[in-house]
Amino acid sequence: MSGSAVFWITQLLNALQYSMLLFLLSIGLTVIFGLLHFVNLAHGALYAMGAYIGISLALRTGSYWVALVLAPVAVTLIGVVLYLLLIRRLRHAGPLSQVLVTFGLIFVFLDVIRILWGDIALGMDPPAALRGMTSIFGVRYPTYRLFIIGMGILIMVVLLVTLARSQIGAMIRAGVENDQMAACLGINVERLFFAVFCLGCALAGLAGVVAVPVLSATPGMGTDILIPALIVVVIGGLGSLHGAILGSFIVGFMATIGAVLLPGINSVLIFAALAAILVFRPQGLIPARG
Amino acid sequence: MQSIHGKVLAAVAAVAIVGGVGAAGAQTKVGVLLPYSGVFAALGQEIDDGFVFALEEAGRLDEFTLIREDTEVRPPEGLAKARKLVLQDEVDLIMGIVSSGVLAALRDFVTDSEVPLLVANAGEDSSTGENCSPYVIRVSFSNSQVNRPMGQWLYDQGYRRVYTLAPDYAAGQQMIATFRAGFEAAGGEIAGSEFTPFGRTQDYGPYITNARAAEPDAVFVFYAGSEAIAFVRQYDSFGMKEDIPLFGSGFLTSPLYVDAQGEAAIGVVASLHYVPTIDTPENNAFVEAFRARFDRTPSEYAVQGYDAGQVLMRALDAGADDRASLAREMPRVSYTGPRGPLEIDPLTNNIIQNIYVYDTVSDGAGGLTQEVLDVIERVQDEPMGCTLGQ
Repeated sequence: MSGSAVFWITQLLNALQYSMLLFLLSIGLTVIFGLLHFVNLAHGALYAMGAYIGISLALRTGSYWVALVLAPVAVTLIGVVLYLLLIRRLRHAGPLSQVLVTFGLIFVFLDVIRILWGDIALGMDPPAALRGMTSIFGVRYPTYRLFIIGMGILIMVVLLVTLARSQIGAMIRAGVENDQMAACLGINVERLFFAVFCLGCALAGLAGVVAVPVLSATPGMGTDILIPALIVVVIGGLGSLHGAILGSFIVGFMATIGAVLLPGINSVLIFAALAAILVFRPQGLIPARG
Repeated sequence: MQSIHGKVLAAVAAVAIVGGVGAAGAQTKVGVLLPYSGVFAALGQEIDDGFVFALEEAGRLDEFTLIREDTEVRPPEGLAKARKLVLQDEVDLIMGIVSSGVLAALRDFVTDSEVPLLVANAGEDSSTGENCSPYVIRVSFSNSQVNRPMGQWLYDQGYRRVYTLAPDYAAGQQMIATFRAGFEAAGGEIAGSEFTPFGRTQDYGPYITNARAAEPDAVFVFYAGSEAIAFVRQYDSFGMKEDIPLFGSGFLTSPLYVDAQGEAAIGVVASLHYVPTIDTPENNAFVEAFRARFDRTPSEYAVQGYDAGQVLMRALDAGADDRASLAREMPRVSYTGPRGPLEIDPLTNNIIQNIYVYDTVSDGAGGLTQEVLDVIERVQDEPMGCTLGQ
């Protein structure tokens, strides 16, 4: 195979891998917004907590897989506490209060992380089974990054099927479309909201623990990833699962292909795309409400 | 009961009076201006520890009043805190400064108010170049100084085509430009060069793939802190290290965070003004004492703080007792410390020091250590437009 084919396949895999990380994070953000009409800027902080708790669990138990399962559970518990203490009260407080409170939470979590884990970034090795490189489509690619791609696709498919085919999926769709009507039809909307919120938190924690072996963990990682994730959500359409998928691919591929073709203006590209969407299609590419 | 109470009170009063008399006049007020929060917080603490350790080791901690202020990484914040230290606390000097941006923001203020600024990190070139000042004295390094020797060194090792990567901000550009000038002057060729968005790049995969496609003999990079940890790990995960060796400015594999890079750092060769494994009596004694005090190995940041303390104490010993005399005496200090012979260049007020080329190796006990490959002695910056010597 020619050198340039190897190059482009590798770069496409890079783009796919980054898209999947963005997807795992933005899906929780967008669904919580779509269903609860709640802007949770602390979502990035939950991602960072997932990463750090994952590191501690992996160190304590010696197993990455334990961390992969338990870190999202721990982050969900943190989310539950936040929900009961703050978010439930702020549900109807309007977006400004929500943004201010969850923005404040970013700093609280930042300092909690600094106190518990220190200022210096931490790294983690991938599990033994996923170290090294694997040949795929004729190129050698880091095995762990393939694992991220596979994990992202798996979760994407499960969520799509659940939303389209299952009863709970129908209830969620009804809730997003018109929550009052859904409640009139006998759906316990509050409980549904709570379940979706927990799922969003778990996925943020999962994204965190999955990202650590590639990106390492820093106290500021939650805010670093929040901006691309918000761009994904806005481009895709607030509250829309399909939009989050499309948005993740757009942002992930633009970031990677931009780094290859237009390295000088790479960081501007995504913001230009965001501006274009806000001007020409403010509801996003695939709006949640039809 | 009454009498015991009275005696205690009298004793306390007596101690207070004696202490007060003893301290009066001898106290030097040091404004310590470091980031204690934000991305550079770990570096700030490390410099602070090194500085205090120098005073403590000399048994002179009580001669100094330290007033600490947090700059974060924000130039306006740094300037406001510097004003407070100078105007309200009336410090004799300011020590610290991690971020080059903060240093640039402070330059005019300390020069106009004639307060000496002892720089313990920020490596921005122009502060001891075209924007140099008799009040800005740097005991850390300059970006050029750390990188200049590496161009010739890589060429001498047989590398002819090198690809460079660095974050897109002042330090990244200065470090790469200096390396590039040295390497091209030696006869090497730059196979390609890219700057990654600073603070916004988490995944270097696309850039590493670009570097491989350029088919260089070696890759030379500058990254520091969390970016360095992510980069070194990702470079290794793409299997690059076996094919194309990685070189860098020494902050890439700083002992402060090399453990977070793990085995990915093994074999990476970098240049720096200090590594803990320099085998001299001065450094061995320093490392041992620092470990005994803090239970960790000192990094270059700790040494920068330590040498700032040494320079300050030696200037006081030479008779300095106010702002003007400190600004005069501190640049005249020269001594042999943990990083070897150290003096301040009268032409620029930047430090003249050895640069060490080292690689990171396994210490045989599951940890990592630094192996010094080469020493380039007395590396001195060109005046770069500074007119202090004229």
